[in-house]
Amino acid sequence: MSQNTDNVIDHFNLFRGPEYVEMFENKKKNFENAEPADKVEQIREWTKTWEYREKNFSREALTVNPAKACQPLGAVFAAVGFEGTLPFVHGSQGCVAYYRSHFSRHFKEPSSCVSSSMTEDAAVFGGLNNMIDGLANAYNLYKPKMIAVSTTCMAEVIGDDLNAFIKSSKEKGSVPAEFDVPFAHTPAFVGSHITGYDNTLKGILEHFWDGKAGTAPAETRVPNASINFIGGFDGYTVGNTREIKRILSLMGVDYTILADNSDVWDTPTDGQFRMYDGGTTLEQARLALNAKATISMQEHCTEKTMKFIAAKGHAVANFNHPVGVAATDKFLMEVARLTGKAIPAELEKERGRVVDAIADSSAHIHGKKFAVYGDPDLCLGLAAFLLELGAEPVHILATNGSKEWLAKVNALLASSPFGKNCHAYAGKDLWHMRSLLFTEPVDFLIGNTYGKYLERDTGTPLIRIGFPIFDRHHHHRYPVWGYQGAMNVLVWILDKIFEEMDKNTIVPAKTDYSYDIIR
Amino acid sequence: MSLTVQEAKARNKELIDEVLKVYPEKTAKRRAKHLGTFEEGKPDCGVKSNIKSVPGVMTIRGCAYAGSKGVVWGPIKDMIHISHGPVGCGQYSWAARRNYYIGTTGIDSFVTMQFTSDFQEKDIVFGGDKKLEKIMDEIQDLFPLNHGITVQSECPIGLIGDDIEAVSKKKSKEFGGKTIVPVRCEGFRGVSQSLGHHIANDTIRDWVFDKMGDKPATFASSPYDVAIIGDYNIGGDAWSSRILLEEMGLRVIAQWSGDGSLAELENTPKAKLNVLHCYRSMNYISRHMEEKYGIPWVEYNFFGPSKIEASLREIASHFDDKIKEGAERVIAKYKPMMQAVVDKYKPRLAGKKVMLFVGGLRPRHVIGAYEDLGMDVVGTGYEFGHNDDYQRTTHYVKDGTLIYDDVTGYEFEKFVEKVQPDLVGSGIKEKYVFQKMGVPFRQMHSWDYSGPYHGYDGFAIFARDMDMAINNPVWGLTKAPWK
Repeated sequence: MSQNTDNVIDHFNLFRGPEYVEMFENKKKNFENAEPADKVEQIREWTKTWEYREKNFSREALTVNPAKACQPLGAVFAAVGFEGTLPFVHGSQGCVAYYRSHFSRHFKEPSSCVSSSMTEDAAVFGGLNNMIDGLANAYNLYKPKMIAVSTTCMAEVIGDDLNAFIKSSKEKGSVPAEFDVPFAHTPAFVGSHITGYDNTLKGILEHFWDGKAGTAPAETRVPNASINFIGGFDGYTVGNTREIKRILSLMGVDYTILADNSDVWDTPTDGQFRMYDGGTTLEQARLALNAKATISMQEHCTEKTMKFIAAKGHAVANFNHPVGVAATDKFLMEVARLTGKAIPAELEKERGRVVDAIADSSAHIHGKKFAVYGDPDLCLGLAAFLLELGAEPVHILATNGSKEWLAKVNALLASSPFGKNCHAYAGKDLWHMRSLLFTEPVDFLIGNTYGKYLERDTGTPLIRIGFPIFDRHHHHRYPVWGYQGAMNVLVWILDKIFEEMDKNTIVPAKTDYSYDIIR
Repeated sequence: MSLTVQEAKARNKELIDEVLKVYPEKTAKRRAKHLGTFEEGKPDCGVKSNIKSVPGVMTIRGCAYAGSKGVVWGPIKDMIHISHGPVGCGQYSWAARRNYYIGTTGIDSFVTMQFTSDFQEKDIVFGGDKKLEKIMDEIQDLFPLNHGITVQSECPIGLIGDDIEAVSKKKSKEFGGKTIVPVRCEGFRGVSQSLGHHIANDTIRDWVFDKMGDKPATFASSPYDVAIIGDYNIGGDAWSSRILLEEMGLRVIAQWSGDGSLAELENTPKAKLNVLHCYRSMNYISRHMEEKYGIPWVEYNFFGPSKIEASLREIASHFDDKIKEGAERVIAKYKPMMQAVVDKYKPRLAGKKVMLFVGGLRPRHVIGAYEDLGMDVVGTGYEFGHNDDYQRTTHYVKDGTLIYDDVTGYEFEKFVEKVQPDLVGSGIKEKYVFQKMGVPFRQMHSWDYSGPYHGYDGFAIFARDMDMAINNPVWGLTKAPWK
């Protein structure tokens, strides 16, 4: 009898009771055909070796625990950054259920998105009818201001033509002829979620700037003094975008955030469900053509978009998820250069405060070894910050990192004495990372929620920075950009360092002489 | 304010008419068949089900891959399940379903790992069979203690004409008869997860049962051997169920599929009785075992003391007096604890109205547990139920219950807005919609990261969780006091 109404216990403790433990043992012994414990132990030890690492790194076909998702996820992320915009993913419906769940688990927010629910018949005859009906239903039901269409791999394999389908749908009256339906092909078997973000954002800008797929005259650019800002696919979009707005306002910059999803993924609980909230207005998206410059905070997430924008005559500046003092300096100076606005004293003071914090704490970080994984730009941003702190980003891994990315990380590592023994890995997964952590151990691991499995297996303490974060709440509300963001990241790292220090010294009469009250 | 049955029926009709008005005519016609009110005495709930979702309406449904990899096969712990195709499907379903298991992950167990062939453009163009072969070689090399492999097909596989059956056969032979199961669960097949369950069941029949031949059992049979079918051990559900069956004197020789193993699948044809929790996802294999091996099966319900008690007796009725006495002993043993739970929580929950929308079993199965706490389920519907589920539902719901099959985001929002339940039980995609509206919510797929909810131990947790959702002080804070 395990339960007591005064203290109801759930799965954490319930199954540790002797009656359950005995049940597990009997199940295993009698019915599971389980491997003998010593054999399991032997293989477990073997997976820690250099020999296993080499086998593991010689994999050519199998991917195990990758740190990347597929294109349409990024498409949905970009689409909801526009005012009243409903993402519409053309293809199988299960995909959309997955994207919505994925975002809801990270942001703890509703995530609205529809599918054209293609099934076997659509696989044979194409999904045109699904598009026609789907657009009509979505338009009537959810009253969007814009529907942004992307594709699942099913629609891509059978070769559905979005441009033609949307035209046909409009002819059939699914949505009014002038209603905005930008689109982007986002095949899941090319690139990753950051590619999908890129394709979709480009598709939306192309729609507004280049004559709405031949249905309107192309816009003529009349340059003005404003700048556009693109955050990219970013798990911290809520905190980061708000911080960037604050910084740009402090500088007196006239700006437009392109794909601003900071409100739709941070809606209040006040009795009302907001399917849409905030976002870049469609008018802003149109007028963004006239900006004098566009800044991307994530180069690898906006390759095509930035190329497209540059071709329109914008001055462009690309960053790699800038985290830290020097990275923020560079960002602010670039904004100042592009806009002619001065960096205000207030920001300089914030800079001084974060430098102060780093100076106060540096003894605890200096020389510590880190492993970092995540999206390419985030890896670059975090690695640069670690180097700035005098730490060593020993393993830097991006499953969706390219050769160009690899070269960029190597250049970064070469620029600092702390980067001397560090290596970057493009196209590798978290099972590779497991081998790295066993064979070349580090003090801390930085990554998303799935890093907890590496923490369990290798004992490397995990600092959760990345996407998705499912098992800690609300960190996405904090910025990691700007000096304030650097402060947040510094504190997250320090908290873990101090917690580990305490954990390692807590045994009474054995190690607790170092269980210091002042650190 | 509680409505009479007639008032509820009138309100439901009005409500349904109102939501249908917003749809284009063709869609309104289609959706009308899925919305209704349960009328006492009718053989089903008066709605159509298991029909294609309408494009663009924000269905809550998933796909066949989710039904096979995510539900049926994924929890089998000592096999490696390859998400075959692009990276996304495996990524979004990675460890998301809380199928608890005991094992050394990455060494002899693999449930919370994401194995994928990560298809690239060249795999689409030239086919993925060669890559799949190589993947199987690499699995054998790097994960030598795996007991089998399944190939969970994603959409492209069926579209590009890959022959995963041939690859599986070839490799199985090469690996000395290893169990390798090709599953044609491409996401575009069927109308929901449901076909994926069926396809997965059939592959167990064809690639596990039919391939094992006359392999002798690895255990000595007893007259009391049963298999738990259709319990995915979410938050430990199968464990808090198994313990009761064992306490009454039965011997559980297999769990399908939560905390299950290939050996347990192979054990099952030796069972004397299959006890089936999730009818929707595993009735197929239960029927097959009845036909082929003569094993009877019985549906049971381990949510809430009333249904548990009835189920224990029903299961025991298939055995001798020893087991019947065992069932009575178990019921008596837990009675005081159950009474204490009811005494504590019923006063806090009695009269509260609940609306549900879950998968294929719980829209009916959990109703008894709510009723044990004095709560009232006023609306329910299935994401992927079939007509036989709606028939079974008639034994649970009251006259005048609002029924919504494959509900759309729009409909669900409007229904909740108007019916004003005290609690909504549904999934992660719905959770925050309703919480923003100020309506208490519990995820009834994942138990909102709590559980188990099955069995006597589970009911205590269920009651506590419903109480903490409904009586959460935060719901008093949603309106600014100055407004």
